[in-house]
Amino acid sequence: MNSGKLHGGQTPSQTVGPYFAYGLTPQQYGYPLASIASSDLRSPEVEGQAIRIEGRVLDGAGEVVNDAMIEIWQADPQGRYAHPADTRGGNIAFKGFGRCGTGTDPENRFVFDSVKPGAVDDSQAPHVNVIVFMRGLLSHLYTRLYFADEAEANAQDPVLQSVPAERRDTLIAEGKTAGGVTVYRFDIHMQGERETVFFDV
Amino acid sequence: MTDSRKPYSPRDWSAHPAIIAPDYKSTRLRGATKPLIPIKQTLSELTGPVFGQDSLGDLDNDLTKNGRKDGEPLGERIIVSGKVVDELGRPQPNMLVEGWQANAAGRYVHKVDQHNAPLDPNFFGGGRCVTDENGFYRFYSIKPGAYPWGNHPNAWRPNHIHFSLFGPSLCTRLVTQMYFPGDPLLDLDPIFLATPEKARARLVSDFDLSLTEEEFALGYRFDIVLRGPQETPMETPMETA
Repeated sequence: MNSGKLHGGQTPSQTVGPYFAYGLTPQQYGYPLASIASSDLRSPEVEGQAIRIEGRVLDGAGEVVNDAMIEIWQADPQGRYAHPADTRGGNIAFKGFGRCGTGTDPENRFVFDSVKPGAVDDSQAPHVNVIVFMRGLLSHLYTRLYFADEAEANAQDPVLQSVPAERRDTLIAEGKTAGGVTVYRFDIHMQGERETVFFDV
Repeated sequence: MTDSRKPYSPRDWSAHPAIIAPDYKSTRLRGATKPLIPIKQTLSELTGPVFGQDSLGDLDNDLTKNGRKDGEPLGERIIVSGKVVDELGRPQPNMLVEGWQANAAGRYVHKVDQHNAPLDPNFFGGGRCVTDENGFYRFYSIKPGAYPWGNHPNAWRPNHIHFSLFGPSLCTRLVTQMYFPGDPLLDLDPIFLATPEKARARLVSDFDLSLTEEEFALGYRFDIVLRGPQETPMETPMETA
Protein backbone atom coordinates (compact mmCIF):
# COMPACT_ATOMS: atom_id res chain seq x y z
CA MET A 1 0.00 0.00 0.00
CA ASN A 2 2.89 2.33 0.77
CA SER A 3 5.62 1.59 -1.72
CA GLY A 4 5.02 2.48 -5.31
CA LYS A 5 3.32 5.58 -3.98
CA LEU A 6 6.45 7.65 -3.87
CA HIS A 7 4.85 10.14 -6.20
CA GLY A 8 1.53 9.98 -4.40
CA GLY A 9 2.16 13.04 -2.31
CA GLN A 10 3.26 14.09 1.15
CA THR A 11 3.36 11.51 3.91
CA PRO A 12 0.68 12.59 6.37
CA SER A 13 1.64 13.94 9.76
CA GLN A 14 0.66 12.06 12.92
CA THR A 15 0.84 13.08 16.56
CA VAL A 16 4.08 12.73 18.49
CA GLY A 17 1.95 11.00 21.16
CA PRO A 18 2.52 10.86 24.91
CA TYR A 19 5.67 8.71 24.85
CA PHE A 20 8.11 10.64 22.67
CA ALA A 21 10.53 11.42 25.50
CA TYR A 22 12.77 8.35 25.39
CA GLY A 23 13.07 8.62 21.62
CA LEU A 24 13.40 12.37 21.05
CA THR A 25 14.54 13.90 24.36
CA PRO A 26 16.09 10.89 26.13
CA GLN A 27 18.81 12.61 28.13
CA GLN A 28 16.52 15.33 29.42
CA TYR A 29 14.18 12.64 30.80
CA GLY A 30 16.94 10.37 32.09
CA TYR A 31 16.77 7.59 29.51
CA PRO A 32 19.92 5.75 28.40
CA LEU A 33 20.25 7.14 24.87
CA ALA A 34 22.26 10.16 23.78
CA SER A 35 20.13 13.11 22.64
CA ILE A 36 20.75 14.75 19.28
CA ALA A 37 19.93 18.15 20.73
CA SER A 38 19.26 19.73 24.08
CA SER A 39 17.73 22.89 25.50
CA ASP A 40 21.14 24.55 25.85
CA LEU A 41 22.25 26.17 22.60
CA ARG A 42 25.14 28.11 24.10
CA SER A 43 28.78 27.23 23.79
CA PRO A 44 31.82 29.04 25.14
CA GLU A 45 32.93 29.99 21.63
CA VAL A 46 29.77 31.91 20.81
CA GLU A 47 29.78 35.53 21.82
CA GLY A 48 26.50 37.31 22.14
CA GLN A 49 23.84 38.40 24.55
CA ALA A 50 22.94 35.45 26.78
CA ILE A 51 19.23 34.83 26.84
CA ARG A 52 16.86 32.33 28.34
CA ILE A 53 13.54 31.51 26.75
CA GLU A 54 10.97 30.02 29.05
CA GLY A 55 7.29 29.41 28.84
CA ARG A 56 4.43 27.02 29.24
CA VAL A 57 2.03 25.42 26.81
CA LEU A 58 -1.60 25.90 27.83
CA ASP A 59 -4.59 24.02 26.48
CA GLY A 60 -8.08 25.35 25.84
CA ALA A 61 -9.08 24.83 29.48
CA GLY A 62 -6.05 26.81 30.67
CA GLU A 63 -4.33 23.63 31.91
CA VAL A 64 -0.57 23.48 31.61
CA VAL A 65 0.47 20.79 29.12
CA ASN A 66 3.10 18.50 30.64
CA ASP A 67 3.74 16.35 27.58
CA ALA A 68 4.54 18.86 24.85
CA MET A 69 7.82 19.09 22.99
CA ILE A 70 9.12 22.42 21.75
CA GLU A 71 11.82 22.86 19.11
CA ILE A 72 13.52 26.14 18.37
CA TRP A 73 15.61 27.15 15.37
CA GLN A 74 17.41 30.45 15.30
CA ALA A 75 20.18 32.46 13.70
CA ASP A 76 23.42 33.31 15.46
CA PRO A 77 24.02 36.80 16.93
CA GLN A 78 25.09 37.97 13.46
CA GLY A 79 21.84 36.75 11.92
CA ARG A 80 23.30 33.70 10.16
CA TYR A 81 21.85 30.20 10.10
CA ALA A 82 24.05 27.10 10.42
CA HIS A 83 22.76 25.60 7.17
CA PRO A 84 24.12 25.33 3.60
CA ALA A 85 21.31 27.53 2.24
CA ASP A 86 22.76 30.39 4.28
CA THR A 87 25.87 31.04 2.24
CA ARG A 88 27.27 33.66 4.60
CA GLY A 89 28.77 31.00 6.86
CA GLY A 90 27.77 31.12 10.50
CA ASN A 91 29.48 30.49 13.76
CA ILE A 92 30.84 26.96 13.59
CA ALA A 93 30.12 26.56 17.28
CA PHE A 94 26.51 27.71 17.11
CA LYS A 95 24.07 25.15 15.73
CA GLY A 96 20.95 27.17 16.48
CA PHE A 97 18.68 24.22 17.23
CA GLY A 98 17.13 23.28 20.56
CA ARG A 99 14.62 20.74 21.77
CA CYS A 100 12.87 20.58 25.13
CA GLY A 101 10.00 18.57 26.56
CA THR A 102 7.69 20.12 29.16
CA GLY A 103 7.67 17.06 31.41
CA THR A 104 10.74 17.60 33.58
CA ASP A 105 10.43 21.16 34.88
CA PRO A 106 8.53 21.50 38.20
CA GLU A 107 6.26 24.07 36.53
CA ASN A 108 6.15 22.14 33.27
CA ARG A 109 7.89 24.94 31.44
CA PHE A 110 10.19 24.62 28.47
CA VAL A 111 13.44 26.43 29.18
CA PHE A 112 16.08 27.19 26.54
CA ASP A 113 19.45 28.80 27.16
CA SER A 114 20.73 30.57 24.08
CA VAL A 115 22.09 33.80 22.67
CA LYS A 116 19.98 36.49 21.14
CA PRO A 117 19.75 36.07 17.36
CA GLY A 118 20.65 38.89 15.02
CA ALA A 119 18.39 40.08 12.22
CA VAL A 120 18.47 37.57 9.36
CA ASP A 121 18.03 40.15 6.62
CA ASP A 122 17.19 43.80 6.13
CA SER A 123 13.46 43.40 6.54
CA GLN A 124 12.95 40.89 9.32
CA ALA A 125 13.24 41.62 13.03
CA PRO A 126 15.29 39.23 15.17
CA HIS A 127 13.18 36.19 15.94
CA VAL A 128 13.26 32.55 17.00
CA ASN A 129 11.37 29.93 15.00
CA VAL A 130 9.31 27.67 17.24
CA ILE A 131 7.69 24.30 16.49
CA VAL A 132 5.09 22.79 18.82
CA PHE A 133 4.41 19.06 19.16
CA MET A 134 2.21 17.19 21.62
CA ARG A 135 -0.25 14.42 22.18
CA GLY A 136 -3.50 15.70 20.72
CA LEU A 137 -1.75 17.66 18.01
CA LEU A 138 -1.91 15.66 14.78
CA SER A 139 0.18 18.12 12.78
CA HIS A 140 2.98 20.13 14.37
CA LEU A 141 2.47 23.88 14.47
CA TYR A 142 4.92 26.66 13.64
CA THR A 143 5.12 29.97 15.42
CA ARG A 144 7.72 32.68 15.97
CA LEU A 145 9.05 34.43 19.04
CA TYR A 146 9.83 38.14 18.67
CA PHE A 147 11.56 40.28 21.27
CA ALA A 148 9.70 43.10 23.01
CA ASP A 149 12.91 45.15 23.20
CA GLU A 150 13.09 45.26 19.38
CA ALA A 151 10.01 47.43 18.95
CA GLU A 152 11.42 49.41 16.03
CA ALA A 153 12.45 46.32 14.06
CA ASN A 154 9.22 44.56 14.97
CA ALA A 155 7.23 47.43 13.49
CA GLN A 156 8.91 46.77 10.12
CA ASP A 157 8.83 42.98 10.16
CA PRO A 158 6.72 41.67 7.25
CA VAL A 159 5.67 38.47 9.01
CA LEU A 160 4.66 40.22 12.22
CA GLN A 161 2.88 42.92 10.28
CA SER A 162 0.90 40.28 8.37
CA VAL A 163 -0.65 39.22 11.67
CA PRO A 164 -3.83 41.04 12.75
CA ALA A 165 -2.73 43.81 15.13
CA GLU A 166 -4.76 42.49 18.06
CA ARG A 167 -3.00 39.11 17.91
CA ARG A 168 0.59 40.31 17.46
CA ASP A 169 1.39 40.39 21.13
CA THR A 170 0.95 36.60 21.32
CA LEU A 171 4.28 36.44 19.46
CA ILE A 172 6.19 39.03 21.47
CA ALA A 173 8.18 37.94 24.49
CA GLU A 174 8.93 40.38 27.29
CA GLY A 175 12.42 40.20 28.72
CA LYS A 176 13.80 40.71 32.22
CA THR A 177 17.53 41.05 32.69
CA ALA A 178 19.28 39.79 35.79
CA GLY A 179 22.86 38.64 36.26
CA GLY A 180 23.78 39.27 32.64
CA VAL A 181 21.05 37.03 31.24
CA THR A 182 17.81 38.28 29.76
CA VAL A 183 14.93 35.91 30.42
CA TYR A 184 12.17 36.08 27.82
CA ARG A 185 8.78 34.70 28.71
CA PHE A 186 6.86 33.01 25.90
CA ASP A 187 3.70 31.17 26.87
CA ILE A 188 2.01 29.27 24.07
CA HIS A 189 -1.79 29.29 24.22
CA MET A 190 -3.31 26.61 22.02
CA GLN A 191 -6.80 28.10 22.28
CA GLY A 192 -8.77 30.90 23.90
CA GLU A 193 -8.69 34.66 23.78
CA ARG A 194 -4.92 34.75 23.72
CA GLU A 195 -4.52 31.88 21.25
CA THR A 196 -0.99 32.04 19.89
CA VAL A 197 -0.64 32.84 16.22
CA PHE A 198 0.47 29.78 14.25
CA PHE A 199 1.79 30.01 10.72
CA ASP A 200 1.38 27.96 7.59
CA VAL A 201 4.98 28.12 6.44
CA MET B 1 17.57 38.12 1.13
CA THR B 2 16.47 34.72 -0.01
CA ASP B 3 14.60 35.38 -3.21
CA SER B 4 17.04 33.33 -5.26
CA ARG B 5 16.20 30.23 -3.24
CA LYS B 6 13.30 28.08 -4.26
CA PRO B 7 10.50 27.91 -1.77
CA TYR B 8 9.00 24.60 -0.70
CA SER B 9 5.53 23.51 -1.68
CA PRO B 10 2.95 24.19 1.01
CA ARG B 11 1.81 21.58 3.47
CA ASP B 12 -0.86 19.61 1.64
CA TRP B 13 -3.82 19.89 3.97
CA SER B 14 -5.78 17.44 1.84
CA ALA B 15 -3.31 14.79 3.05
CA HIS B 16 -2.57 15.86 6.64
CA PRO B 17 -5.04 15.40 9.49
CA ALA B 18 -7.19 18.33 10.54
CA ILE B 19 -5.81 20.26 13.51
CA ILE B 20 -8.87 19.31 15.51
CA ALA B 21 -10.33 15.84 14.92
CA PRO B 22 -13.07 15.46 17.57
CA ASP B 23 -13.02 11.63 17.63
CA TYR B 24 -9.44 11.89 18.90
CA LYS B 25 -10.46 13.57 22.11
CA SER B 26 -7.18 15.21 23.07
CA THR B 27 -7.33 17.38 19.95
CA ARG B 28 -10.40 19.21 21.25
CA LEU B 29 -8.53 21.31 23.79
CA ARG B 30 -5.07 21.11 22.27
CA GLY B 31 -5.60 21.94 18.61
CA ALA B 32 -5.44 25.56 17.44
CA THR B 33 -8.88 26.92 16.58
CA LYS B 34 -7.95 29.92 14.46
CA PRO B 35 -6.79 29.56 10.85
CA LEU B 36 -3.05 29.28 10.35
CA ILE B 37 -1.60 32.46 8.88
CA PRO B 38 0.29 31.80 5.65
CA ILE B 39 3.69 33.44 5.35
CA LYS B 40 6.21 33.76 2.57
CA GLN B 41 9.14 31.47 3.25
CA THR B 42 12.31 33.31 4.24
CA LEU B 43 15.75 32.08 5.14
CA SER B 44 14.26 31.17 8.53
CA GLU B 45 12.05 28.54 6.92
CA LEU B 46 14.40 27.52 4.09
CA THR B 47 17.09 26.48 6.56
CA GLY B 48 16.93 23.97 9.39
CA PRO B 49 19.11 21.86 11.65
CA VAL B 50 21.59 19.57 9.91
CA PHE B 51 22.35 16.13 11.35
CA GLY B 52 24.65 13.62 9.72
CA GLN B 53 26.32 10.31 10.50
CA ASP B 54 28.24 11.98 13.30
CA SER B 55 25.02 12.26 15.31
CA LEU B 56 24.68 8.47 15.52
CA GLY B 57 25.89 5.94 18.04
CA ASP B 58 26.97 2.48 16.88
CA LEU B 59 23.76 0.64 17.71
CA ASP B 60 21.32 3.48 17.17
CA ASN B 61 19.61 1.80 14.20
CA ASP B 62 19.40 -1.63 15.83
CA LEU B 63 16.65 -1.74 18.45
CA THR B 64 17.20 -5.47 18.89
CA LYS B 65 20.60 -4.66 20.37
CA ASN B 66 20.61 -1.14 21.78
CA GLY B 67 18.58 -2.01 24.88
CA ARG B 68 20.11 -5.35 25.79
CA LYS B 69 20.96 -6.04 29.41
CA ASP B 70 21.34 -9.79 29.72
CA GLY B 71 19.84 -11.32 26.61
CA GLU B 72 17.82 -10.76 23.47
CA PRO B 73 14.54 -8.86 23.41
CA LEU B 74 11.39 -10.97 23.04
CA GLY B 75 9.12 -10.76 20.03
CA GLU B 76 9.16 -10.98 16.29
CA ARG B 77 12.32 -9.49 14.79
CA ILE B 78 11.64 -7.06 11.94
CA ILE B 79 13.57 -4.95 9.49
CA VAL B 80 11.97 -1.62 8.64
CA SER B 81 13.42 0.15 5.66
CA GLY B 82 12.33 2.64 3.07
CA LYS B 83 13.25 5.51 0.86
CA VAL B 84 12.93 9.14 1.85
CA VAL B 85 12.11 11.30 -1.16
CA ASP B 86 10.63 14.71 -1.87
CA GLU B 87 7.43 15.22 -3.81
CA LEU B 88 9.32 15.09 -7.09
CA GLY B 89 10.59 11.62 -6.14
CA ARG B 90 14.14 12.82 -5.56
CA PRO B 91 16.04 10.82 -2.92
CA GLN B 92 16.90 12.70 0.26
CA PRO B 93 20.35 11.49 1.31
CA ASN B 94 22.03 12.04 4.66
CA MET B 95 18.80 12.82 6.50
CA LEU B 96 18.24 11.96 10.13
CA VAL B 97 15.36 9.54 10.86
CA GLU B 98 14.40 9.10 14.51
CA GLY B 99 12.09 6.32 15.67
CA TRP B 100 10.45 5.04 18.83
CA GLN B 101 7.93 2.32 19.61
CA ALA B 102 6.36 0.00 22.16
CA ASN B 103 7.80 -3.44 22.86
CA ALA B 104 6.28 -6.70 21.61
CA ALA B 105 3.79 -6.70 24.48
CA GLY B 106 2.57 -3.20 23.69
CA ARG B 107 4.39 -1.47 26.52
CA TYR B 108 6.55 1.64 26.24
CA VAL B 109 9.52 2.14 28.53
CA HIS B 110 8.21 5.67 29.11
CA LYS B 111 7.65 6.26 32.81
CA VAL B 112 4.08 7.45 32.39
CA ASP B 113 2.98 4.34 30.47
CA GLN B 114 1.04 2.35 33.08
CA HIS B 115 -0.37 -0.28 30.73
CA ASN B 116 -0.43 -3.61 32.56
CA ALA B 117 1.79 -5.45 30.09
CA PRO B 118 5.35 -6.53 30.76
CA LEU B 119 8.39 -4.39 30.14
CA ASP B 120 11.18 -6.21 28.34
CA PRO B 121 14.47 -5.68 30.17
CA ASN B 122 16.31 -6.15 26.89
CA PHE B 123 14.29 -3.74 24.77
CA PHE B 124 14.46 0.04 24.88
CA GLY B 125 12.46 1.01 21.79
CA GLY B 126 14.19 4.21 20.67
CA GLY B 127 16.71 4.66 17.89
CA ARG B 128 17.77 6.63 14.86
CA CYS B 129 19.62 6.39 11.59
CA VAL B 130 20.65 8.55 8.66
CA THR B 131 19.58 7.94 5.07
CA ASP B 132 22.25 6.70 2.66
CA GLU B 133 23.26 8.33 -0.62
CA ASN B 134 20.13 6.93 -2.29
CA GLY B 135 17.79 8.13 0.46
CA PHE B 136 17.32 4.75 2.15
CA TYR B 137 17.08 4.23 5.90
CA ARG B 138 17.08 0.86 7.69
CA PHE B 139 16.17 -0.19 11.24
CA TYR B 140 16.29 -3.55 12.97
CA SER B 141 13.62 -3.89 15.60
CA ILE B 142 10.92 -5.99 17.24
CA LYS B 143 7.35 -5.82 15.98
CA PRO B 144 5.52 -3.50 18.40
CA GLY B 145 2.36 -4.74 20.12
CA ALA B 146 -1.01 -3.02 20.25
CA TYR B 147 -1.96 -1.29 23.48
CA PRO B 148 -5.07 0.15 25.08
CA TRP B 149 -5.59 3.86 25.58
CA GLY B 150 -8.19 6.01 27.22
CA ASN B 151 -9.73 7.77 24.24
CA HIS B 152 -12.98 5.80 24.37
CA PRO B 153 -14.17 2.50 25.88
CA ASN B 154 -12.08 -0.48 24.75
CA ALA B 155 -9.83 1.70 22.60
CA TRP B 156 -6.64 0.10 21.25
CA ARG B 157 -3.89 1.65 19.22
CA PRO B 158 -2.88 -0.39 16.18
CA ASN B 159 0.71 -1.61 16.02
CA HIS B 160 2.82 1.35 15.00
CA ILE B 161 6.27 2.91 14.99
CA HIS B 162 6.75 6.65 15.46
CA PHE B 163 9.04 8.44 13.00
CA SER B 164 10.53 11.93 13.15
CA LEU B 165 12.38 13.58 10.25
CA PHE B 166 13.74 17.03 9.59
CA GLY B 167 14.47 16.86 5.89
CA PRO B 168 16.47 19.68 4.36
CA SER B 169 14.68 22.61 6.01
CA LEU B 170 12.29 23.72 8.71
CA CYS B 171 9.50 23.43 6.13
CA THR B 172 10.07 19.73 5.61
CA ARG B 173 9.82 18.75 9.29
CA LEU B 174 7.64 15.67 9.69
CA VAL B 175 6.52 13.54 12.61
CA THR B 176 4.43 10.56 11.59
CA GLN B 177 3.53 6.96 12.46
CA MET B 178 4.07 3.82 10.42
CA TYR B 179 1.41 1.12 10.63
CA PHE B 180 1.40 -2.54 9.60
CA PRO B 181 -0.58 -4.05 6.73
CA GLY B 182 -3.80 -5.88 7.52
CA ASP B 183 -4.15 -4.59 11.07
CA PRO B 184 -7.85 -4.79 12.02
CA LEU B 185 -7.41 -1.98 14.53
CA LEU B 186 -6.70 0.57 11.80
CA ASP B 187 -10.39 0.91 10.97
CA LEU B 188 -11.13 1.68 14.62
CA ASP B 189 -8.30 4.09 15.40
CA PRO B 190 -9.26 7.77 15.57
CA ILE B 191 -5.65 8.88 15.09
CA PHE B 192 -5.19 6.92 11.86
CA LEU B 193 -8.72 7.82 10.76
CA ALA B 194 -8.08 11.54 11.33
CA THR B 195 -5.93 11.33 8.20
CA PRO B 196 -7.90 12.15 5.04
CA GLU B 197 -8.99 8.89 3.46
CA LYS B 198 -7.06 9.34 0.23
CA ALA B 199 -3.76 9.61 2.11
CA ARG B 200 -4.19 6.87 4.75
CA ALA B 201 -2.49 4.17 2.69
CA ARG B 202 0.69 6.25 2.77
CA LEU B 203 0.95 5.50 6.50
CA VAL B 204 0.73 1.71 6.08
CA SER B 205 3.93 -0.21 5.46
CA ASP B 206 4.16 -3.12 3.03
CA PHE B 207 5.37 -6.57 3.93
CA ASP B 208 8.41 -6.98 1.68
CA LEU B 209 9.93 -10.42 1.25
CA SER B 210 13.00 -8.89 -0.41
CA LEU B 211 13.80 -7.02 2.82
CA THR B 212 13.31 -10.15 4.88
CA GLU B 213 16.49 -11.82 6.11
CA GLU B 214 16.25 -15.59 5.91
CA GLU B 215 15.97 -17.32 9.28
CA PHE B 216 16.36 -13.97 11.04
CA ALA B 217 13.76 -11.25 10.54
CA LEU B 218 10.71 -10.20 8.52
CA GLY B 219 10.96 -7.09 6.36
CA TYR B 220 8.58 -4.15 6.08
CA ARG B 221 8.93 -1.29 3.64
CA PHE B 222 7.88 2.24 4.56
CA ASP B 223 8.66 5.06 2.14
CA ILE B 224 8.38 8.65 3.25
CA VAL B 225 7.59 11.65 1.07
CA LEU B 226 8.64 15.09 2.30
CA ARG B 227 7.62 18.44 0.90
CA GLY B 228 9.48 19.31 -2.28
CA PRO B 229 10.22 22.48 -4.20
CA GLN B 230 7.26 24.56 -5.15
CA GLU B 231 6.97 24.13 -8.89
CA THR B 232 4.99 27.23 -9.71
CA PRO B 233 4.86 30.31 -7.52
CA MET B 234 1.57 30.47 -5.72
CA GLU B 235 0.15 33.26 -3.62
CA THR B 236 -3.06 31.52 -2.62
CA PRO B 237 -3.43 31.13 1.14
CA MET B 238 -3.81 27.54 2.26
CA GLU B 239 -6.92 26.37 4.04
CA THR B 240 -6.23 24.67 7.33
CA ALA B 241 -9.00 22.17 7.65
